[in-house]
Amino acid sequence: MIVAPLAALVLAACGGGGDAKAAGGDGGAATSRSSSVDLTGAGATFPQPIYNKWFSDYAAKTGVRINYQSIGSGGGIRQLSEQTVDFGASDSPMKDDEMAKARGGPVLHVPTVLGAVAITYNAPEIQKPLRLTGDVLADVFLGKVTRWNDARIAALNPGVALPAKDILVVRRSDGSGTTYIFTDYLAAVSPAWAGGPGKGKEVQWPVGLGGKGNEGVAGQVKQTPGTIGYVELAYARQNRLSVAELRNAAGNFVSPSVETVAAAAAGVAEKLPPESDYRLSIVNAPGPNAYPISSFTWILLYRNQADPVKAGKLVDFLRWALRDGDSTAVALDYVPLPEALASRLDQRLAQLAPASAQGAK
Amino acid sequence: MTELAAPARTAAGAPALGTGIEGSPVGDRIYRVSIAAFAMAVPLLLAAIAIAVFAAAWPAFRTFGPGFLTSSRWDAVEGAFGAAPAIYGTLVSSFLALLLATPLAIGVAIFLSEFAPGWLRQPVAFLVDLLAAIPSVVYGLWGIFVLVPLLRTHVMPFLANTLGLGRTPLFSGPAYGPSMLAAGVVLAIMVLPYISAVAREVLLAVPRSQREAALALGATHWEMIWGAVLPYARSGIVGGVILGLGRALGETMAVTMVIGNRHEIAASLFAPGYTMASLIANEFSEATGDLHLSALMAVGATLFAITLVVNAIARWLVWSVSREGAP
Amino acid sequence: MTVPPPSAALHAPVPSPTRQPQRPSGRQRAFAERTVRKIRRRRAANVAMVGLTYLAAALATVPLVLILAHLLTKGASSVGLDFFTQMPKPVGDAGGGMANAIVGTLIVISIAAAFGLPVGIGAGLYLAERRGTPLATTVRFLSDVLNGLPSIVIGIFAWEFLVRPVRHFSALAGGIALGAMMIPLVTRATEEMVRTVPTSLREAALALGYPQWRTSLTVVLRTALPGIVTGALVALARVAGETAPLLFTAFGNQFWSTALDEPVAALPLQIFTYAISPYDEWHAQAWAGALVLLAIVLVISLVARFATRARYGGGGD
Repeated sequence: MIVAPLAALVLAACGGGGDAKAAGGDGGAATSRSSSVDLTGAGATFPQPIYNKWFSDYAAKTGVRINYQSIGSGGGIRQLSEQTVDFGASDSPMKDDEMAKARGGPVLHVPTVLGAVAITYNAPEIQKPLRLTGDVLADVFLGKVTRWNDARIAALNPGVALPAKDILVVRRSDGSGTTYIFTDYLAAVSPAWAGGPGKGKEVQWPVGLGGKGNEGVAGQVKQTPGTIGYVELAYARQNRLSVAELRNAAGNFVSPSVETVAAAAAGVAEKLPPESDYRLSIVNAPGPNAYPISSFTWILLYRNQADPVKAGKLVDFLRWALRDGDSTAVALDYVPLPEALASRLDQRLAQLAPASAQGAK
Repeated sequence: MTELAAPARTAAGAPALGTGIEGSPVGDRIYRVSIAAFAMAVPLLLAAIAIAVFAAAWPAFRTFGPGFLTSSRWDAVEGAFGAAPAIYGTLVSSFLALLLATPLAIGVAIFLSEFAPGWLRQPVAFLVDLLAAIPSVVYGLWGIFVLVPLLRTHVMPFLANTLGLGRTPLFSGPAYGPSMLAAGVVLAIMVLPYISAVAREVLLAVPRSQREAALALGATHWEMIWGAVLPYARSGIVGGVILGLGRALGETMAVTMVIGNRHEIAASLFAPGYTMASLIANEFSEATGDLHLSALMAVGATLFAITLVVNAIARWLVWSVSREGAP
Repeated sequence: MTVPPPSAALHAPVPSPTRQPQRPSGRQRAFAERTVRKIRRRRAANVAMVGLTYLAAALATVPLVLILAHLLTKGASSVGLDFFTQMPKPVGDAGGGMANAIVGTLIVISIAAAFGLPVGIGAGLYLAERRGTPLATTVRFLSDVLNGLPSIVIGIFAWEFLVRPVRHFSALAGGIALGAMMIPLVTRATEEMVRTVPTSLREAALALGYPQWRTSLTVVLRTALPGIVTGALVALARVAGETAPLLFTAFGNQFWSTALDEPVAALPLQIFTYAISPYDEWHAQAWAGALVLLAIVLVISLVARFATRARYGGGGD
């Protein structure tokens, strides 16, 4: 009764299915299971918009269809380990024991774009962007600095009127790569933090309300006066939240932007050992213009690929993205990799699948 | 209705199997076995899940012992896990949700079965049932952007100051917005359709004779409902409440967006808290350490056990109430 | 003994209506006043409680109205032809819709219904007919426990049993996970409604020669059908909006797919992905998706109620 009309709909849909609505034609070589998509990937939510854009453009260009779902960095790592997906994506590098558990052998980390964690706050009384240092920030999140007009904050912001109110901390309730990057930075600049909560995808927060996801924190900060929180830069931008300027290792106050984040990664390629696995941290990077809470995000794939056809497609996509994906990344608030690093990765990827003659030119 | 005619007979004159007045042994047996098989699917499914959950949770229980249930420390970096705040939060938020939702749901059900004019009944019933279809992420986001600010700016100050309840431990403390109260309200809204749907159907099924008898004895309309209709429908309504309880215990997305997610046991409803289901949902996607995953499964196993206990208590209450003065 | 003729009664003297009634004593007056007060109290209580139920009904619809208003103001503008015919587009690209998610949701809830409805109705019949046996009590209890499991736990174990062994996600796994979630609701509704069918109806059918299985299936079930349909629809509505079980089973799909053994898009997944993003245009699409999901549930409800109403008139009044 209920099922019959639904089944009819389904059959009708099946009749029209598999057509070229999304992209032109099928991707070419036969895969081991005939399928509507060529590759499946899962992982981080942070790069999902730019990956979406890249996959869509790539499908339009070459017909190779890649299905990516953002189930979280940990989810991506787990699915890759269990080999239910062809590649994973993560905002934090895999730990050694995680890599040991991966079923398909050694895992390659390929950085794709850079992102930044912005410190957002809701205090309309503060007329200019708030300036903070790493240790003051850590103390705020440790609960040691509790008032907006605390002496240490006032010292960093001379001449700026600060409200005499309590600081309400908003942090993440769920595990995430954003938290990893943020706590990585705090542990680097504050011994109290390193000895206390430490760094991780989730930590034991001494104070604060937990928001779910970047949008939960952004929403909370937006709604509640007197709050301070940390979100991916895109969320701060899109929600038009105030963003703090942080003092970087060189002593300058910078606010997150494409230039300052790219500056954090500049020079990284030169310092890499030849056989680097690219699990790099660039928080608190040197450089006069570097934004201190910047990070890579990685795509994870097995070094030894079982299916040469799929391997070829994946590698070709990655090389295309590293080469041609820059402009779209910037348009969406993501920062492309520095040129030196991108070309080095390109060489590494070329070693991975030399048999793939059909590169996406 | 072929049985009204003379039952079919075999050539020998004996009633053919399956058509005779003595019943249909083969058909009946197939029927009985089939429904028993379907009924067995439930325990089997649950057993499979339970075994898998407890097996995955065992390492955490072995490491932390009963302290897992009493410790408030949840530290993924250090590898120390304790689920006490989550347990407390689950129980309090679910209880609050039922407290708010049950009278409302029964009220709606009574309205729909007794007072609503025919043209109003179906639309209102639809509307209330539709609450069940709203995805929990929509509830969560609506909670963040509409409900929590509403609570923070109007309801909580009203409760604390205007009603003067701010001095009682239950309503003390600063009103940030995300809180146990917000979770309870969101859960109450989510649980409402389940209780109301079952209650409504059961109330509609009460025979007219019961109603007429009460009215004939001189009862007012309300007295008729209270004295004749509701007791008849009591076990069905309790069944609906238990369904709602189940939903409240297991809800993740909407709760985690409005409860503040703090590993703390606080007496005040204005304080943020945590629930077991939110804990699992928040951390499962990202957890990769073995002990961390096992701890999350241990939370799942605890939730399993608590669901068992709460349901057992509810059943016992129903049984003890229905023993005295059963309809 | 002479019987007076009937006509005698007609002409018998009528008692005078002008005879004065006795004045009521103090006790009688007090009693009368107490009774009047009691009746007034009962009437007032009646009005108050009836008013309260009206209030309850109004209050219960308020959240839905609020949420619907929120969805409509934010999402209605995105619901257009594009929404029903286009695939999801990346941020910044105009157009874009959720056609694959709409079809995917329909596929997944069809599978869920195919799995969950027979099991639920069968189990409900068993519980109603074998009430009181230890097995029935246990099954009822366990069904409630199953209902209380977080959907993410069901998703995790569907992944463990249905995805991990075969190393790929599938729409079938998603449908089965959702079907398992439907079972307790359908079971409970079926059991409660079958119990309300008067035994006299069952006995009448048996007396007419129906075998037990036929009595149960064609007489009892049919009588209880409206309530069962309500339960089934509420169950379907719930699973149609569930995200967590689908995350690890159906997985989601950016592209068009209707194959049962492949990842498939679904409205709750798409809504979730868009709602947690930073972009306003995706938020609007998420709200639009929620509206379409509600509309789908509404349409299914209407169709189901119409299909089961047309057979016979009215339920157990």
